[in-house]
Amino acid sequence: MRIDCNAFLGAYPWRKVPGTSPDALVQALERTQIDVAWVTHLPSLFWRDPTEGNAWLYETARKEKRLKPVPSVHPGLAQWEQVLADAANAGAPAVRCDPLYLGIEPAGGQMRVLTAACSAARIPLTLAVRLEDGRQRHPNDHVAELPAAAVRALIRSDADVRLLVTHADRGFIEEVHFGSTPEEARRIWWDICWIWGPPEDHLATLLETIGSERFVFGTGQPLRLPESSIAKLDLLDVKREVRDAIESKNVQGLIV
Amino acid sequence: MLVDVHAHFYHERTPRADWRERNESRLTAGAKIGISVHVASILGTFGLTSPTYFPSPRDVTVGNDALLALQRAHPDRIRGYVCVNPNYTAHARDEIVRCLDAGMIGIKLAASRRADDRLLDPIAGLALERRVPVLQHIWQHRRRDWPGQEASDATELCTLARRHPDVAFILAHIGGGGDWLHSLHAVADVPNVYVDLSGSGVDGGMLEACRESAGVNRLLWGSDITMDTGWAKLRYLESLLSKDEIALVRWKNAARIFPPGAFPTD
Repeated sequence: MRIDCNAFLGAYPWRKVPGTSPDALVQALERTQIDVAWVTHLPSLFWRDPTEGNAWLYETARKEKRLKPVPSVHPGLAQWEQVLADAANAGAPAVRCDPLYLGIEPAGGQMRVLTAACSAARIPLTLAVRLEDGRQRHPNDHVAELPAAAVRALIRSDADVRLLVTHADRGFIEEVHFGSTPEEARRIWWDICWIWGPPEDHLATLLETIGSERFVFGTGQPLRLPESSIAKLDLLDVKREVRDAIESKNVQGLIV
Repeated sequence: MLVDVHAHFYHERTPRADWRERNESRLTAGAKIGISVHVASILGTFGLTSPTYFPSPRDVTVGNDALLALQRAHPDRIRGYVCVNPNYTAHARDEIVRCLDAGMIGIKLAASRRADDRLLDPIAGLALERRVPVLQHIWQHRRRDWPGQEASDATELCTLARRHPDVAFILAHIGGGGDWLHSLHAVADVPNVYVDLSGSGVDGGMLEACRESAGVNRLLWGSDITMDTGWAKLRYLESLLSKDEIALVRWKNAARIFPPGAFPTD
C-alpha cells in the first residue's frame, strides 16, 4: 500500500505542467504504483477565495476512489468554519491552508484560530513550505516560503492539533523537530518529497535522528515527478516494515 | 550501461568530515541504480583553503590529484573531469594536459569566469585538440550575480560554443536550480551543447521540454549531488522514450562525445 499525501489537480499558474487532469493523475498513480493520492485543487491556491475549488475537488474525488480530497480553507474569509465542517462531512483526510499564498500571517491570529478549529474537528492541517524551488520561480511569484518558526508556533498553539508539513528539507525539519518538545514533535508529520537521498543521505539521517514514524510518503505531483519519492525509498537501506510505515502506516496515525 | 556525466567526490582536504561516507554512499547508491561509470570532478578543496568556485591553483591541483587517486582506486567505475580555474591560464593549460595524460576524460569549468569570456578560448582549444568535452557549471537563467560564484547561464555558454563549434560542451545540471526553460530555449539551435539532466529538480514537464528543445541526441544522464532525483528522472524517461532513445540518454550520447575507450564497453 502506497499513499501519496501530497498531490494536486489542475493547472499551475506560473508554468506549463503536464498531467494535471484527474485522468492523467490516475495514470501517474498507475505508473508509479501509488494506490491512493490526497489531492488539492492547485489553481485555487492562488485565488482570492481558495475554497471556490473545493466543490470541483469533492466531485472529482467522488468519481475516482483513489483520490481523497484535501480541500483548502481560508481562515480570513467569513464562514470558513463551514468549509471545515464540509471537509469533515466529506471524509477529507486533511484540510490545507498555505497562509503565505493567502497573504495572511503564517502564525498570526487567523492561523491560530484555524489550528484550534482543526484540532476540535479532529482533522489534520496541511501546510506546504514551498511548491517550487525558490531559484526557478516566475519573476512575479514573490510569495515567501513558510518559516520554520511558524510551524513551531502553530504546534505550540494547540495541544491536540496535528500538522502535515510538505516540501520541507532536512534543515527545516530538524529546526522544527528539535525546537519542539517530544510531545509537540509527535503531532507533526513530514512528507519526504523535498528531502535529499544519497550521497548526502539526508533522509537516512533523519530516519536515524528523528525516527521513521514522523515521515510519510508524498510526492508533490504533478509539479514534481512522483518517481523521486519512490527512488528515495528504494535507495534507503531500511527494513520492510519501516518502508511500509513511511508509505502508508504512518499516515494512519495522522488521520486517527 | 549507464554513465553518470555529473558526479562529485570529496577528499580529506575539504571541510567535510564525512567525506569518506559521502564517497562511499555515492558508490553504493550507484550500484543500486546501475551506474556503470561515474564521471566526476572535484572543485579544489571545496572551500577549505580557497572558495569552491574560485579555487586557487594549488587547490585545483590538490583536488585533481585526489580524483586521479580515486580513478586509480576504482578504474572500472570512476572517470574524471580535470577541474581548472581559467583565471590562471598557464596553470589551467598545464593541469589539463597533466590530468588528461593521466587518464581523465573531460574538462570541468565551474564558476570562476563567465563562459563567454575570451579567457576560456585556450581551454576550448585544448578540448578540441584532445577531443574531450567541457562540462560547464550553469545557473539556469542568471538574473543577477550570486555570491560565491561568477556563474554563467546558457546564453553565455552558447556564445562560447558558437566560437568553438567542434567542441562538445555540456550544460550542467538542467535541474540544478533556476529557470530551465530559459536554458532550453537558448540551446535549441546550438548543436554542440549537450544538456546534462542532473540536479535536485524533478519538475513535471522539464524532461518533455528537454526532449523538445535539444532532442534525445543531446541529452546526457547525470545525478550531481542528489542521486535519488537522478534515478527518478531516469525512471520517468523510461516511460517517455523508446528503448533506443533511452539508450542514447543512458550512455550512447556520452560515448559519442567522450574520448574513444573512455567507457568499458564502448
